[in-house]
Amino acid sequence: MASAINILNASKLEDARLKELPQVVGQIFGLRTYVTPAPLNLDRAFDASRGQYNSTALLVQLLNTYGQSDEKRIAVVGVDLFIPVLTFVFGEAQLNGIAAVVSTIRLANPFYGLPQNDELSYRRLEKEVVHELGHTFGLYHCHQFECVMRSSTYVEEIDLKRLMPCPRCSELLAGPVLNT
Amino acid sequence: MNSNPSILIVDDEQVVRDSLSKWFREDGYNVSTGASAAEALQQLQGRKWDILLLDIKMPGMDGMELQQRIKEIDSTATIIFITAHATVDTAVKALKEGAFDYVTKPVDPDYLSHLVTNALKQRNLFNENLKLKEQISEFSRAEEIVGESAQIRKVYELIQTVAKTDTTVMIRGESGTGKELIARAIHSNSARRYFPIVAVNCGALPEGILESELFGHERGAFTGAQYRRKGKLELADGGTLFLDEVGNIDVKTQMDLLRVIETKQFARVGGNDIIRVDFRVICATNKDLEKAVAEGSFREDLYYRLNVFSVFIPPLRERKGDIPLLANYFVQKYARVMGKSITSISPEAMDTIVRYNWPGNVRELENAIERAMVVGKPPLIKPEDLPYQLTEKNHVLPAGSLAAIEKSHIASILEQNRWNISRSAEILQIDRVTLYNKIEKFGLKKPGAG
Repeated sequence: MASAINILNASKLEDARLKELPQVVGQIFGLRTYVTPAPLNLDRAFDASRGQYNSTALLVQLLNTYGQSDEKRIAVVGVDLFIPVLTFVFGEAQLNGIAAVVSTIRLANPFYGLPQNDELSYRRLEKEVVHELGHTFGLYHCHQFECVMRSSTYVEEIDLKRLMPCPRCSELLAGPVLNT
Repeated sequence: MNSNPSILIVDDEQVVRDSLSKWFREDGYNVSTGASAAEALQQLQGRKWDILLLDIKMPGMDGMELQQRIKEIDSTATIIFITAHATVDTAVKALKEGAFDYVTKPVDPDYLSHLVTNALKQRNLFNENLKLKEQISEFSRAEEIVGESAQIRKVYELIQTVAKTDTTVMIRGESGTGKELIARAIHSNSARRYFPIVAVNCGALPEGILESELFGHERGAFTGAQYRRKGKLELADGGTLFLDEVGNIDVKTQMDLLRVIETKQFARVGGNDIIRVDFRVICATNKDLEKAVAEGSFREDLYYRLNVFSVFIPPLRERKGDIPLLANYFVQKYARVMGKSITSISPEAMDTIVRYNWPGNVRELENAIERAMVVGKPPLIKPEDLPYQLTEKNHVLPAGSLAAIEKSHIASILEQNRWNISRSAEILQIDRVTLYNKIEKFGLKKPGAG
């Protein structure tokens, strides 16, 4: 039973930029949402052989730091994430859990050799935050093309999605949210 | 019951199992994991998995050996190898032994996602294909050739031999012996079975109409041709063209048909466009085509083109052992169709059926049983239910001594074959000398002979 959503900023993004997030996220999930700095130790999740950060290790840190809280927590990090079997992930979440993590690295155009576009990066981040939080509310990947819960393995696929869950996912979401 | 696709992940590293299963669960897959080959095999005993993701290097039984064992349990299993230690040799070996694909860790998430989606698509197509094939085999088994006699067994063998080839087949036999059934059996056992078999009864159509029926026609080709129409040759493309009563084709159409069979191309009646077709020809006749060739009413070149492989269906009276089987088969067939509870034939009625000559062969037998099923009362068909002609004495083989039956049978065969000794001896399955001896013994005489 979640009482609020806490967005933990461990990225280089200014808090001011992230402060637009709570309103959007709060509206979609119907919960009070706020931003705080993240007390994460990113170095502990670093894998020197891959030069990337283990997202599962970061989730474990979140859980250890906050214990079994009644708030959902999503960390926004500015490092490249992976899970051991995949080359990278945009983010990771505990399905039906309380913790999630999202990376801003692969959401930014310069990663792909393209000119910086802050607005675009921010729109992508919004969608990924909603997507990963959706998993913590028990949503699976959706096959609807524009649904925010559609799986994206290419950054361009994130651009095709909308910020909102599709009607079916919204209906599924209503259960867990209304129960809170 | 969960209808989502299922994935079994087998890897000795827990972190790999956990991350993969979590990743696939978010996609809605039904996921289970195994830490060793033994655990995987245990999971396979209980149920089927759509996709198996296997690590190659595992303590104990490795992934390659596991694949072999999985294929023994489920030969259709879709296996994808995920390994950290990729070598070309192992990849080639894995694929040769039936793996769907081989990827190295870490794998690009987009690639893995597409790989699994494609593997599932292929598996679904395979299953769908299997189901459709089963349905088609059921259709082709529906009309079975019934019989256990040596003669009909020989026919089965010939069907099996010729079906797999693309050879033109001529089926010969008296009217009603089931020539179309044999043609359909050849077609349904051939590589063309997923394409149509198109039957044309050449005897039933007058000259001109047959030409249009075979070749089709363009609009305005003749009075009444208001629309363009595809002919049977076009409809048989990819499949089999069955020309029944081929001996009745007029000379002009014989020539056109010969050209099509030789070139596999033709033009519609009234048209100029060349249409290319690919079909196999099976034809049937109850006529003496050799005589027709000698008389000039059937083209010799067409005769040789059609008579590449010949299947002779013996008349029913020459395979009397099959009569009870056929009769009972038709009883079951019509009981089902008519919803009647007649289950068999009384011994007296069966005796009458077996002793009758059946000049109309299997078709006449089927009609007789159908009639008996209409008039008869459950549970058995009785002699009075059978058509009148069956009980007429002149059509029934003589009762009494074996010699009397033998004499009557030999006389009948000689008569049917116009006293052709070689042919009669072949049908009777005795040599010519024995036949001469029997003729002398029974005092049989050729009609008109002194």
